[in-house]
Amino acid sequence: MPSQTMYEKIWSAHVVREETGQPTLIYIDRHLVHEVTSAQAFAGLRANGRKVRRPDLTFAVMDHSVPTTDRSLPILDQAAKAQFAALERNCKENNILLFDMHDRNQGIVHIVGPELGITNPGQTIVCGDSHTSTHGAFGALAFGIGTSEVEHVLATQCLSQFKSKSMLVRVNGQRPQGVTAKDIILAIIGKIGTAGGTGFVIEYAGEGIRKLSMEGRMTVCNMSIEGGARAGMVAPDDTTFAYLEGRPYVSRGKEFQAAVDRWKTFASGPGATYDHTVELNAAEIAPQVTWGTNPGMVTDVTGSVPAPFSFSDSASRESAARALEYMGLKPGTRIADIPIDRVFIGSCTNARIEDLRLAARVLDGKKIASSIKGALAVPGSRRVKAQAEAEGLDKVFRAAGFEWRDAGCSMCLAMNPDVLPSGERCASTSNRNFEGRQGKGGRTHLVSPMMAAAAAVEGHFVDIRKWDLGHVE
Amino acid sequence: MTPFTKLTGIVAPVDRVNVDTDQIIPKQFLKAITREGFGRFLFYDWRYLDGEKPNPDFVLNQPRYHGASILLARTNFGCGSSREHAPWAVLDYGFRAIIAPSYADIFYNNCFKNGILPITLPEEQVDELFRRTRGNDGYELTVDLESQTITEATPVPDGGLKIPFKVDSFRRECLLNGWDDIGLTLRFEDQIAGFEKTHQPNATRYGSLETLSGK
Repeated sequence: MPSQTMYEKIWSAHVVREETGQPTLIYIDRHLVHEVTSAQAFAGLRANGRKVRRPDLTFAVMDHSVPTTDRSLPILDQAAKAQFAALERNCKENNILLFDMHDRNQGIVHIVGPELGITNPGQTIVCGDSHTSTHGAFGALAFGIGTSEVEHVLATQCLSQFKSKSMLVRVNGQRPQGVTAKDIILAIIGKIGTAGGTGFVIEYAGEGIRKLSMEGRMTVCNMSIEGGARAGMVAPDDTTFAYLEGRPYVSRGKEFQAAVDRWKTFASGPGATYDHTVELNAAEIAPQVTWGTNPGMVTDVTGSVPAPFSFSDSASRESAARALEYMGLKPGTRIADIPIDRVFIGSCTNARIEDLRLAARVLDGKKIASSIKGALAVPGSRRVKAQAEAEGLDKVFRAAGFEWRDAGCSMCLAMNPDVLPSGERCASTSNRNFEGRQGKGGRTHLVSPMMAAAAAVEGHFVDIRKWDLGHVE
Repeated sequence: MTPFTKLTGIVAPVDRVNVDTDQIIPKQFLKAITREGFGRFLFYDWRYLDGEKPNPDFVLNQPRYHGASILLARTNFGCGSSREHAPWAVLDYGFRAIIAPSYADIFYNNCFKNGILPITLPEEQVDELFRRTRGNDGYELTVDLESQTITEATPVPDGGLKIPFKVDSFRRECLLNGWDDIGLTLRFEDQIAGFEKTHQPNATRYGSLETLSGK
């Protein structure tokens, strides 16, 4: 029997029922729930007299619509308030652990799961959120689902799934100073396109991935969906095990050792084959900046806004032209000459402690440019926030002119009051630069935390590689 | 779920590639806790000017496409978020079928859960349908899931177009019968319970959830 990929191994270990010509019923080990995509699922259960099968494997958190300002104040958005109340009621009625907005473990669902050790290698993990792919960084099969599937998992702890094709993305070599996981994944998406991964589960491998911390790997896997792939994964290794050891939901002592031995078996076999392979050299990747309205519209910081006619097919030409119109950009403009109005450092892509440390390193002793109308630093979780404050990072952000906020999704999708005003241009560490994503008429440029911080200081994009920051890991 | 068998209806063309779910239904409308009423917000930022005045430049606002039930779209339709509010909006607006060269995975899957038929056709055929839709006022197609064919319901010059399409047989059966997915799975309760006997993904907490920050 040929050697299996990690995806095949995890899939096989979760098959409950298989029948030719039908989707396979697979078991789900962890179900993460948040306020925006769950209310209708719980209502469906109730309407049909069904119960949550495994509340013990289900974890809920409030993240999308939570205010990032003072939470002792009343919630003014009545619709959001009703959604929070629904989640509270649903969790209480069904005996599901909820990290509400006042809980010290609250944060963005994809940051909370890993940091509490709820996410483990070899697991199947789902959530009604497309960035569930984040958890694949641990060597788990993790993907986003719709609300009907949320209801299905609540009721059965299983999902009917067709198997995806497999893609290997090998990142060779080492990334240069100033180039981060965010730049790697943006470069990958730039190469395969925003639909390049449709129908695939991506496995990221190679030295460029191995050398990344767990947080960097999470950033890479997080944006798999922006390349069209529902899931992205990295084989678990010593970096993974060291990250997990001692976290609240991770076993201890001998049990932990046994778990590590089992987790190691999930890595792809040496002769495993993939339906498609893509290779990149990390050494050739420059800091990335998106110029358009999907994450595949990206270029090097040293580059320029492309001319629509430079694209080979008419659909790409038209969408580039439309994107430039929306973004208010002219072909040929140097990326470094694009002025910025606002900066957002946050989201499930880039709001972990290492992201905040890197941004703070850039901001240390500096001030944001006078042309910047607002700069937000939004930790991905309250644990991250507490850690950052213990390290004094909040002081660095504040001294530079940033607002230091409480944890949540915030201006990544602007479901809470953190909205990018129409016509304003934002350097954002989030994951989507779709039209209106951060606010109707808002213009988003996706960048790494260091690049966002440097843009805040200069008021326009700059090549962070030229800054002397000492050694940055 | 309402079964989908055969549908005849007006075709409305949305001629953009990579239409993402933020365009299909912007975030400010995701706070409802029911599945109904999202149709009003479909393509909101394109469809309306300030004050929710219909934008005359947006295709769905043209009188000739009023009452459309078949959405003609381009490559990678529905990319982005997993929000099922997107197919709910499509359905509530009145669309029961979509025709496009490709879809994003999660959106595609979500359509079937809601009785919407997403048909995938080669780019050239989609191009041809765009041409015919634009060229003929009130252009109607009949989509027959039983026979997996699209035919022209409107007599048009050099008409008589007949396009076969293919949908996975299991998904087709579910749509034709309007089957409830959960009900189907619950028939295998014994197998799920049996699986759980050997596969134990316990989520035991070993350490404290206390952290530096106060509650």
